[in-house]
Amino acid sequence: MERIPILRMGDLLLVTIQVDMHDRLAMTLQDDLTERIVSDGAKGVLIDISALDLVDSFIGRMISNTAAMARVLDAQTVVVGMQPAVAITLVELGLTLHGVKTALNVEKGMALLGKNIF
Amino acid sequence: MNAAHNNAVSFETELLERDERLRTARLSLPLRTDEDVVHLRKHVRERAVAIALSLVDQTKLVTAASELARNTIKYGGGGEVHLDALTDGFKKGIGLIFVDAGPGIPDLDLALRDGYTTGGGLGLGLSGSKRLCDEFAIDTRPGEGTAVCIIKWKR
Repeated sequence: MERIPILRMGDLLLVTIQVDMHDRLAMTLQDDLTERIVSDGAKGVLIDISALDLVDSFIGRMISNTAAMARVLDAQTVVVGMQPAVAITLVELGLTLHGVKTALNVEKGMALLGKNIF
Repeated sequence: MNAAHNNAVSFETELLERDERLRTARLSLPLRTDEDVVHLRKHVRERAVAIALSLVDQTKLVTAASELARNTIKYGGGGEVHLDALTDGFKKGIGLIFVDAGPGIPDLDLALRDGYTTGGGLGLGLSGSKRLCDEFAIDTRPGEGTAVCIIKWKR
């Protein structure tokens, strides 16, 4: 089955979404991430969406839900790299990704999670 | 019927010929699976780039297409979409018409309200898509089907 890879770095999980996700793939990622938070004892999740040229309500909800699930599993989530056109569209669509922490890039996202990459 | 594939949707709607006068080309695609939605997004993006829509307008149109395609599959039980190239004088645009032969929308005003959903979603599909496009029209009849038309013009 098609899957988006989840990389582990210390107590962080890193995901870079580089494909145009269909709905099942988004749901699989949400499930895989929650599983991995528990099995790896992860404290942070960093989701890089810089390669995504679209975030619709389904993907937006997946991101919000993942962040909420991570929170109750004692992990923080940061979404990084959202393209400006995607941000404009999301807000006009009516989605605000409530409760999701964001950063402009991976480096700033890491800093937000209390990690220094250098 | 203009449908290029062999499982054309039976819902008869005047929305299909609403912009016939402005239409220069039509591509009809089936909407049955998740993969069909991704496929449509790719086609819409290509057309949007071809008429040089701004990046923000491309993203808005593709996002609206994704929302409405999902509605067609989830609420309409699948259907089809017609991707139209439109020209009005010097103005170029893209029209999308989503058609299903599903149960129809019983209360349209309610369905167009932000946050209203019967499917456990966020309730932003219809209302959000309307905001993302320049023109929006809907034809729905209980027990017969639903057609939604959106247009984005190049500014």
